[in-house]
Order: sequence, then C-alpha cells, then structure tokens
Amino acid sequence: MYTQGLDQKQKKSAADPADTPERLAAFQARIDAEEKIEPKDWMPSGYRKTLIRQMSQHAHSEIVGMLPEGNWITRAPTLRRKAILLAKVQDEAGHGLYIYGATETLGVSRDDLVADLLSGKAKYSSIFNYPTITWADIGTIGWLVDGAAIMNQIPLCRCSYGPYARAMVRVCKEESFHQRQGYEIMLELCRGTAEQKRMAQDALDRWWWPSLMMFGPSDKTSEHSAQSMAWKIKRISNDELRQKFVDVTVPQAEYLGLKMPDEDLVFDQKTGHYRFGEIDWQEFWEVLKGNGKCNRERLETRNRAHDEGRWVRQAARAYAEKQAARKAA
Amino acid sequence: MSKQDWPLYEVFIRARSGLSHRHFGSIHAADEAMALDHARDLYTRRNEGVSIWVVRSTEIIASDPADSASLFEPAADKIYRHPTFYKIPDDVENM
Ligand SMILES: [Fe+2]
Ligand SMILES: [Fe+2]
Ligand SMILES: [Fe+2]
Repeated sequence: MYTQGLDQKQKKSAADPADTPERLAAFQARIDAEEKIEPKDWMPSGYRKTLIRQMSQHAHSEIVGMLPEGNWITRAPTLRRKAILLAKVQDEAGHGLYIYGATETLGVSRDDLVADLLSGKAKYSSIFNYPTITWADIGTIGWLVDGAAIMNQIPLCRCSYGPYARAMVRVCKEESFHQRQGYEIMLELCRGTAEQKRMAQDALDRWWWPSLMMFGPSDKTSEHSAQSMAWKIKRISNDELRQKFVDVTVPQAEYLGLKMPDEDLVFDQKTGHYRFGEIDWQEFWEVLKGNGKCNRERLETRNRAHDEGRWVRQAARAYAEKQAARKAA
Repeated sequence: MSKQDWPLYEVFIRARSGLSHRHFGSIHAADEAMALDHARDLYTRRNEGVSIWVVRSTEIIASDPADSASLFEPAADKIYRHPTFYKIPDDVENM
C-alpha cells in the first residue's frame, strides 16, 4: 500500500542477542492476547525495525501525496473547489505529521526520517509518481486513491502498535471527506457535457490500474506478510484488500456511467466477487525503483521545498534561543 | 549544521469544557508559542478542542514498564478497596 517498499527483497540482518526465545515468546503472547504494544515496552528488534520502515514510508507517502493534488490548487474551477482542495491537501500534511510523530516514539528522529526521504533512500507509495494532467484527475484521486487508502488504513486502526493505531483512527476519520469530495467531482463531470464526461473516463483509464497497484504485490510474491500478520501489524493481505476495493468500486463507476479499463472484469456469481485482469507488475516495480513518470520531479520538489525553507527553520530556532537567553538573564 | 531539528512537544487537548485534557500526539516547534500554533493547526482542524496544553517531551517523567509489577500489582489483591467486597443485606436501602 503506502508501504509497498516493504515488499522488496532486503538483506536479512543478524539476530539481536537481546531477542531471547523467552522474551520473543512473551511478546508474541501479548500480541496474541490483543494487547497493544506501547513505546517503552520491550519489543523484538525486528518488530521495531518493521514498524519504523512501514510507518515512515506511510508518512512519506502522505507528504509526497500532497504534490499531485497541490498542482491543481491554483487552478481549481471554482472557489468552493479551491477551498475544499486546500483543506484536503492540508489534511494530508496532517496525516504525514501524525504518523511521523508516532514513528518517533520508536526512537528515531524526524530529521533522519526526512533525510531518508530527501536522499531517495526511503520509499513512498508508487501512486504519487503519476501526473495530474486534468481536473478530472483530482476527482479520480479522491475517489480511487483515497478510497484505496481507506481500505488499507481501516485495518491499521487495530494494529498492535498503539501509537500507529491511534494515528490511524484520526486519519480514517478524515479520509472519508477526501473520498466523497473526489466522487462528487466525478459526479459533476459525468453529469456535465460530453467533453467533461470524456475527461472523467480518461482520468479513470489512467488511474485505475495504478490504484490497484497501491495494495502492493500479490500475496504469492510478497515476502513480509507472514511475519507482519503474526505481529498483527498487518491484519488483511494485499490481495484480499485489493479484491475488497474492486468489489466496492466497480458499482461506483457504473453509477457514474464510466467503464473500467479492463476487458477481463466480470462479476462472478458463484463467489460474489468481481474477477479482474492481470496487473502489469513490471510497471509497478519500475515505478517503485524510481522510474515512474514523476519520481524525479517529486523528489526534486521536496528537496527544493526543504532547502528553501531552511532559513526559516534556522531563524525560528535562533529567535527561540535568543528569547530563552533573555529570559534566563 | 545538518541537525536543526526543533524540539519535540507533547500535545494535550480538552475536547470541550467539562472534560479533562487528553494526550493527542506530539509536534515539533522552535518555541512554546510556535508549539501552541502548530498544535492548533495539526490537531484542531475540525473543532476537536477548546483548550490546548503543550509540554516539552523531555520534561515528562514517565514510569518504566519494567517496574510495572512492583508499581501496579500490589493493588490487585486489595479487593476490599472496592464496594463489591462488602455484603450488605438487600433489605438495607440507599447504600
Ligand atoms: Fe491521507
Ligand atoms: Fe493515508
Ligand atoms: Fe486522504
């Protein structure tokens, strides 16, 4: 999902000597009893590491996710739409900050997390490396991308790590507005002129498959699922979430009078689920590796914002230090 | 200087009068005034609060989970601290 990078192959690190079998067993027993793990509790080093990677990738995704939509703030068609889009993008900044804050409870610094994003070392969701070329893209993102995010984040509200679960509760409360405003844009376009409807269909054509990729690689190839499931960091598998998303979204497209860009899409009476075509995993891995349409531009934009804001951060710090010194004197 | 991180503050918010402040999360800020501003922007975009407290995270003194047994278990067997411990005949009212 926002943390597809977790599914990439990585070197196995040496076992931590502090992770004794007794401690691991006691920890697993707490997890199995549905107890929440809190920041100062003992936890296996692998649990901590997995959470830091997953949560920071999630936070980075929220932050980079502001860019494709931010692209349209100054060009929103009405003042109403502009106010809504501003609020939506501001929420995404908030989501990033909630999750960075929760990640810091694991003993990493915000500085280091951000540095890893800016250097390209850390991953973020593949979906934000696609361009937003028409206003219909903004509708489609709210409808599909936030829709997929909700699908993924609802089970995370029950994640075994307390601070992450609590951050997700806040995030989920806010996501519903994101999805609804997007669908409303689509409704308006689809009820509009033929040209507007064509624009809506074109956006759906471009965003449907990348949205399905958001759930990450198929369970058959995903490596980290089993351990994450056992630790109750992850509750539902990639393929299961993807299927749920398809099942709820196809009827929404039908309501709009739009057609999913998938010739193999068919409702299976027996299972009660939609069957859909093969995802282009080659494209997925390429985007994740950094070769998507906008990967470079996104990182450049983040780096520029960070560099250009440096003097502000330093000035604020200097001012605070001066005030504190004055108080002490 | 590469490290220019602003210090971390914990944020507590009173949802409405009559309720106590509750821990909401944390934020970074250069100073106290900015901490309040950031807490407002981050945690009260939808009328979640009527009052905010911020405190430097390093100022919080926390108990250690390793001490949990010695701290909290002694309370477990003192069941006479709970009203249900006492058998009062049903005929006695208002108690
Ligand atoms: Fe979000
Ligand atoms: Fe999200
Ligand atoms: Fe969102």
